[in-house]
Amino acid sequence: MPVEIYLNVAASGLLTGLVYGLMALGLSVIFGVVRVVNFAHGEMMTLAMFLALVLFNALGLDPLVTLVPIAGVLLVFGYLLQIGLINPFINRPEHSQFMLLVAVALILVNAQLIIFGPDAQGIRTRYSFDSFQLGPLIVDAAKVYAAGAALVVAAALFAFFRYTLLGKAIRACADNYHGALVVGLNVKRLYALTFGLGAACVGATGAMLMAVIDVTPAIGPAYTLLAFVIVITGGLGSMPGALLGGLLIGLTEALGGVLFTPSAKSMFAFGLLVLVLLFRPQGILGRKTG
Amino acid sequence: MIGRLTEGVPRRALALLAALFLLLLVFPAFASGYLLAVGFLILYFAFVGQAWNIMMGFAGQLSLGHSLYVGLGAYAAAALYVHFGVSPWIGLGASIGISMLAGAAIGFLAFRFGVAGVYFAILTIAFAEFARIGFDHFRWVQGSSGFFLPVANYTQNDLWNLRGSPRMFYYLMLALTAGAFVLCHALLRSRLGYYWLAIRESPEAAEALGVNLFRYKMAAVVISAAMTALAGVMFAFYYNNLFPEQIFHISRSIELILGPIIGGIGTLVGPIVGAFLLTGLAEGLREVMLRLGIDVPGVKQVFYGICLLLVVMFLPDGVWPPIAKKLGLRR
Amino acid sequence: MSALELRGISKSFRGLKAVTGASFEVTPGAIHGLIGPNGAGKTTIFNMVAGVYAPDEGEILFDGRPVHGLRPDQICAAGIGRTFQIVKPFAGLSVLDNVVVGALLREKRVSAAKTHAAQILERLGLAPKRDLPASSLTLPDRKRLEVARALATRPKLLLLDEVMAGLRPTECDQMVAVFRELNRAEGLTILLIEHVMRAVMALAQRIVVLNYGKIIARGAPDEVVRDPAVLECYLGEEAEV
Repeated sequence: MPVEIYLNVAASGLLTGLVYGLMALGLSVIFGVVRVVNFAHGEMMTLAMFLALVLFNALGLDPLVTLVPIAGVLLVFGYLLQIGLINPFINRPEHSQFMLLVAVALILVNAQLIIFGPDAQGIRTRYSFDSFQLGPLIVDAAKVYAAGAALVVAAALFAFFRYTLLGKAIRACADNYHGALVVGLNVKRLYALTFGLGAACVGATGAMLMAVIDVTPAIGPAYTLLAFVIVITGGLGSMPGALLGGLLIGLTEALGGVLFTPSAKSMFAFGLLVLVLLFRPQGILGRKTG
Repeated sequence: MIGRLTEGVPRRALALLAALFLLLLVFPAFASGYLLAVGFLILYFAFVGQAWNIMMGFAGQLSLGHSLYVGLGAYAAAALYVHFGVSPWIGLGASIGISMLAGAAIGFLAFRFGVAGVYFAILTIAFAEFARIGFDHFRWVQGSSGFFLPVANYTQNDLWNLRGSPRMFYYLMLALTAGAFVLCHALLRSRLGYYWLAIRESPEAAEALGVNLFRYKMAAVVISAAMTALAGVMFAFYYNNLFPEQIFHISRSIELILGPIIGGIGTLVGPIVGAFLLTGLAEGLREVMLRLGIDVPGVKQVFYGICLLLVVMFLPDGVWPPIAKKLGLRR
Repeated sequence: MSALELRGISKSFRGLKAVTGASFEVTPGAIHGLIGPNGAGKTTIFNMVAGVYAPDEGEILFDGRPVHGLRPDQICAAGIGRTFQIVKPFAGLSVLDNVVVGALLREKRVSAAKTHAAQILERLGLAPKRDLPASSLTLPDRKRLEVARALATRPKLLLLDEVMAGLRPTECDQMVAVFRELNRAEGLTILLIEHVMRAVMALAQRIVVLNYGKIIARGAPDEVVRDPAVLECYLGEEAEV
């Protein structure tokens, strides 16, 4: 196959990878701070996707625009989830927490199945069939816009944690739970806010992805797994790691799909995951927790 | 030997167990075809839940990819039967062998490299997913198109080839479940059981008392895998069709752990109680919905999700321990 | 031949030297104490003997056999038992079953292990509580359970990590009596880390003092306690014993 095809596929993979990276970023933030393994991550994303679908069909609004209110809705959802269900669980054994979110995932994905049905549904925006040409590369406009939006949201999140007081307070909780309590931080509220932010990332990602792919309830669990693969590969708790992991997985999947069969592409992601778990469990950019 | 097994078990418990077993024994005599199918399903989930419970409830290792062993067991026996006419009673040897190998591989990789807790759970998911996608492309067993066992019209039960009436399958499943129950009871009282519980409670303390963590964790994984493979064989010969997308899917893995979690992890009776409750209530719900004219896929799963949520929140040890206390079977 | 011998043991954690060039011997059938300020490296030494980590340098010999670098379960099988500073009972199991886990190292059959375990509980005064869940025990009882479990593995050398911490003086005296008896009746060699000087002075026949990872004094208790280097770093210049 000519090199151009590989380049195009790689470029496409990288762009999609950025969007995946944002989704994984949400998971990383949640795990890094609240130490909760959000098993319902992908299901929350499909929720956002369906919201974008509904808004587009009802009001004709472009998902890249509705991503803001959708992120807001997911933020509230995440906040309430943490406050209502997860906060009481902080001191329970790890697998209890896990099961809680497994239950939430089960409920979410099947509620979506009941409401929206199993068939794939998509939207056609005015730029759905556009593309950009950069030398030998031809890339989908939708993917470029989505990737761009992902970068903007990621940057906003970085800035929030770096420069705002609230962001610093959250980082303090992550570093030292009891210390944070002692200095008077309302850790439970901050945890809830953090979960909300993670959920908002996922919400934004969902809206962006709606511009690029079709949605069915079944892809929820697949994306949860993908998010985990990315986060573990890039480094659990590392924000740049999540983005890096996303790029890597996007690339691997795209190239794997072209070199072998498209349906086998997830096998590479899993192969990579197993390798990382075995040889570098803290991920590429993660720190060893001691 | 029966004396040793029953030593220390409260009379009341034995009486209740005997009563339950008798009930299950005569159940097919007055059950309709539909109820018999439900009965099979309950026993199936009780059995496979018990197998999973060995790894999690006894040894404390959370596996979310147990569908791997069901699938491997199912395909192995089915393939040998369809391609070579090998009886499943012999084929199950291959099923168990392959599943044990897979379990050993996962256990070895995980325990040698210190992959534990959540990471271990994700590793198990990864392997199951790998199998799902892999089998989709496995031509010898028809891949994603589905592997079918020949179902002829039979008038007699062919026990050797597991071709027969639902009643035959029901009794087989009952035998398996009862056998698993007795086996787990014996295991818990053995050195293996003690060491497993010690590892579950405090791996560090166990090691300091001379317990080789690697060896015993591997034993738990491999034994659990072997038992689960048997469930796979039953699955294949009862349903007569296998699709990788279904049998290896993560929702199968989650489905089979619901029983033990809701019934009570680490208890002997938990998986059985859990299976009864979940499947019983789910089928009841389905009946109600059919009467009301609602036929929407997904309602049963939402119900499972809500049950799981409620149990994890309010009855973290499962439904069985408080009931056992009430019945005077525990302190 | 010494029961336990450390030769030039060193261990660093990410550049921080926890223990440097430590050497000492424990005579068979004796009770030795290992004392020193917090952070001196005492538990690190214990953990190296118990197999939790391997020393960076040096050798550890038990009955003349090298045991450095072995896994904790292998160390236990070799005859070294240990307790943990923060007790780790098998909370979901009964008191008896906790000890049975230990006894199973040396007994083939569960019934024999149960008998042996019951005997040990008797010696440590825990027999009336044998069927209670371990999680329901008070701290002193949990400490006793920890010791009972380790004893069930029939150790030749017992490592006690701050076993008196949190105990009231009477409880401490009871534990001291138990150890004295075990040492006298069975010749059990004991190496203990302690901060509670009451126990150290009552039990130890020889003491090794550690500070900043190095051994600064060793000898009989009354010698060590008067050693100016020890007084300065650990007991404080005005301290009296």
